[in-house]
Amino acid sequence: MMNAISLGRMRDPAFTREVEERSGQDISTCYQCGNCTAGCPAGFVYDRQVNQIMRGVQLGLKEQVLKSNAVWFCLGCSMCSLRCPNNIDVARVMETLRHMARHEGDVTVPRVEKFWLSFLDTVRAFGRTWEIGTMALYMFRSLRLTTDLDLAPAALKRHKLPFIPKCAPDEGAAAAGRILARYKERARAKGVRP
Amino acid sequence: MRIGVFVCHCGSNIAGTVDVAEVAERARHYPDVVYADDPMYTCAEPGQAAIEQAIHDYKLDGVVVASCTPRMHEPTFRRTVERAGLNPYMFEMANIREHVSWIGKDKEANTNKAAELVLMAVEKLRRNRPLSPKSFEVTKKVLIIGGGVAGIQAALDCADGGVPVILVEREATIGGKMAKLDKTFPTVDCSACILGPKMVDVAQHPLITLYAYSEVEDISGYVGNFEVKIRKKTPYVDWSKCTGCGTCTEKCPSKKTPDAFNEFMGDTTAITIAFPQAIPKKAVINAPYCRKLTSGKCGICAKVCPTGAVDYELKDEVITETVGSIVAATGYDLVDWSVYEEYGGGRYPDVITALQYERLLNASGPTGGHVVRPSDGREPRDVVFIQCVGSRDRSIGRPYCSAFCCMYTAKQAVLTKDHIPDSQSHIFYMDIRAAGKLYDEFTRRAMEEYGTNYIRGRVSAIYPDGEGRYVVMGADTLMGEPIEIKADLVVLAVGIQASAGAEKLAEKLRISYDAYGFFMESHVKLKPVETNTAGVFLAGVCQGPKDIPASVAQGSAAAAKVLDLFARPQLHSDPAIAHVDMRRCVDCGKCIRCCPFGAIEEVNMRGVNKAQVIETVCQGCGLCVATCPQGAIQLSHSTDNQILAEVNALCRF
Repeated sequence: MMNAISLGRMRDPAFTREVEERSGQDISTCYQCGNCTAGCPAGFVYDRQVNQIMRGVQLGLKEQVLKSNAVWFCLGCSMCSLRCPNNIDVARVMETLRHMARHEGDVTVPRVEKFWLSFLDTVRAFGRTWEIGTMALYMFRSLRLTTDLDLAPAALKRHKLPFIPKCAPDEGAAAAGRILARYKERARAKGVRP
Repeated sequence: MRIGVFVCHCGSNIAGTVDVAEVAERARHYPDVVYADDPMYTCAEPGQAAIEQAIHDYKLDGVVVASCTPRMHEPTFRRTVERAGLNPYMFEMANIREHVSWIGKDKEANTNKAAELVLMAVEKLRRNRPLSPKSFEVTKKVLIIGGGVAGIQAALDCADGGVPVILVEREATIGGKMAKLDKTFPTVDCSACILGPKMVDVAQHPLITLYAYSEVEDISGYVGNFEVKIRKKTPYVDWSKCTGCGTCTEKCPSKKTPDAFNEFMGDTTAITIAFPQAIPKKAVINAPYCRKLTSGKCGICAKVCPTGAVDYELKDEVITETVGSIVAATGYDLVDWSVYEEYGGGRYPDVITALQYERLLNASGPTGGHVVRPSDGREPRDVVFIQCVGSRDRSIGRPYCSAFCCMYTAKQAVLTKDHIPDSQSHIFYMDIRAAGKLYDEFTRRAMEEYGTNYIRGRVSAIYPDGEGRYVVMGADTLMGEPIEIKADLVVLAVGIQASAGAEKLAEKLRISYDAYGFFMESHVKLKPVETNTAGVFLAGVCQGPKDIPASVAQGSAAAAKVLDLFARPQLHSDPAIAHVDMRRCVDCGKCIRCCPFGAIEEVNMRGVNKAQVIETVCQGCGLCVATCPQGAIQLSHSTDNQILAEVNALCRF
């Protein structure tokens, strides 16, 4: 039998407020129509659907929400935001939750985080993304050495995987590096995971 | 002067945040105040009796009640002081509930503000003069705008009550949206069978004059005597000769005319009679599609008409009617659903509105009552219904519930099973709103007896599967999973909005409307059919979304209000109106131009032109008072001196 959620014990109104403040969205306007879930292209791998995540935030169930893999599998495509009849930027809420989960140390799908870090490493270095570098770093970090390799020939043929990275012009690369360094510093000062 | 002040507790509504006893105590020291008290409920019978008693005991000649909004109880208390022998205008009200206790929590500040409002009322009352209303004759005739079921009901009830009715309908036939419906919930009885007899009654009633294919162009005057200009649009057919035989519609060669009555589900002819039970059953030419009117070549309908009724030269006609009261029953239109790309935005022929589906179900519809797909004429097997398309959606500015879609969707699912026994209906819903007599039982029947598959969730995309069917992608939020259904036909429960042109009509009627074009009632709960313009009443969806039973009820309610108004031998005008001081008037004419009611006329006084107020037309709005450069116009009951006395009371320091 499933354990009942003890609202008295598990409810955290401060969590709801924090999500609202950090995302700038009014969570109370969600009336659970399900439009976000219906449109979500990644919903099939979620352990909790988007509307259930929104419900969790409304109830203040911090642990259930932040430990959900949906927060990590969300692609950020913003279809949910587009479809929301109450003008909630749901993708922004998901993004906020992802940051909060990371700060709490709840990375339920580490692979996704590794991919992000790999992506950001190339941005830090060149001021813009470098696909082949991202791929290599991700393979190294995740030890998934053959993942998506089958896509490479087709991508190479279409010039989607340049071997030489393109740097952002006008010292852009250095500027991007500084932005990321500043972010890291600020996170360290706050005592959260950068 | 001897003034009595009554500071109401209103239970805890006022006393909760205002020290009412303290307000009463301070009032005892105000000029001319000889008595002050703080009753629990001033409007209740003992409260009113206490006012009457105090008037007798203390020989009061003016009363101030500090309580709620005058919109609710000013008439109540005016009657109270009148019963005790005072002139009803020797009474003032201070609103210390809506303006004080409900909006502030600081008891000391509230008490001070309440005391100041009472002082203002006292200072004004000291300058009040007894006023008496003028009485005037009423034209006992009513104009009903809109011939849908609400307007029809109001017309029949008024006419049965002996009041002559002018019924104006924009379309060529009365019946409105209900005439397009196949069956009606929750009894699944035929719409035409229950509406048809009422429509015939309208046509046959000796007291009802029906102007179909007509629009209200202009309204002037006031309760009791409105002057209304009605434009009778030309149908290019002399209706006094037309017998509705239909020969012209059979012979018309322009057979590709969009059929508005059938919600554009088929084509009709350029000369047409909307449907077999149309009232009046008269032909109308749709000018942009008529070959004779567009190119000058054709004229077949004129040739075949056995009575010679077709007349291409016929012009619009504007007629003027005088009525004592007006009922607005203008109904609704569907929201433009093509903004929803997820449902195809109107590109797919088999994604239709529920109103179009009604026409498919209807025996007099374009398919003769056979439910087939518009694209290929095949019978559908899986029908998907999507609710709340354009309702409860802030993102398109339609945050309200359209009130009847849950019920008609259930009905359409039931009818689909009746028409095609091996079909399966799927309904995507957010909440099932079935709060009405026998309503919930009906939706349960749709599920339990008719096997309708209710899916709690929304649809994210519809696209053709390449084999003639449609893939409907959605979510089942109860399962917490995305789902998909193959559908042959998709029916959208499109939400409603006020009918096109409602705002313009509201301005002509001088009534207010909300952000969505629905007309505002006088009081949401207690005056649901009245408007803030005397003599103008509301019926049906023009006031807000409602279903047929509620529209009929409101039609009858509006009729009752009209009959109530006309039951009085004469009407009394409010004496709180403008007056011109003839000695100061310089006849500049500014007041005449600014008056929104046409209540000021120019008269010749011993060879000199002067402005004069028509007392029964003036509404006491005060625009002319503010406009007059000479200060020659004063508003009785709100004179400059009274307003200045109030200001002085407030700004003593």
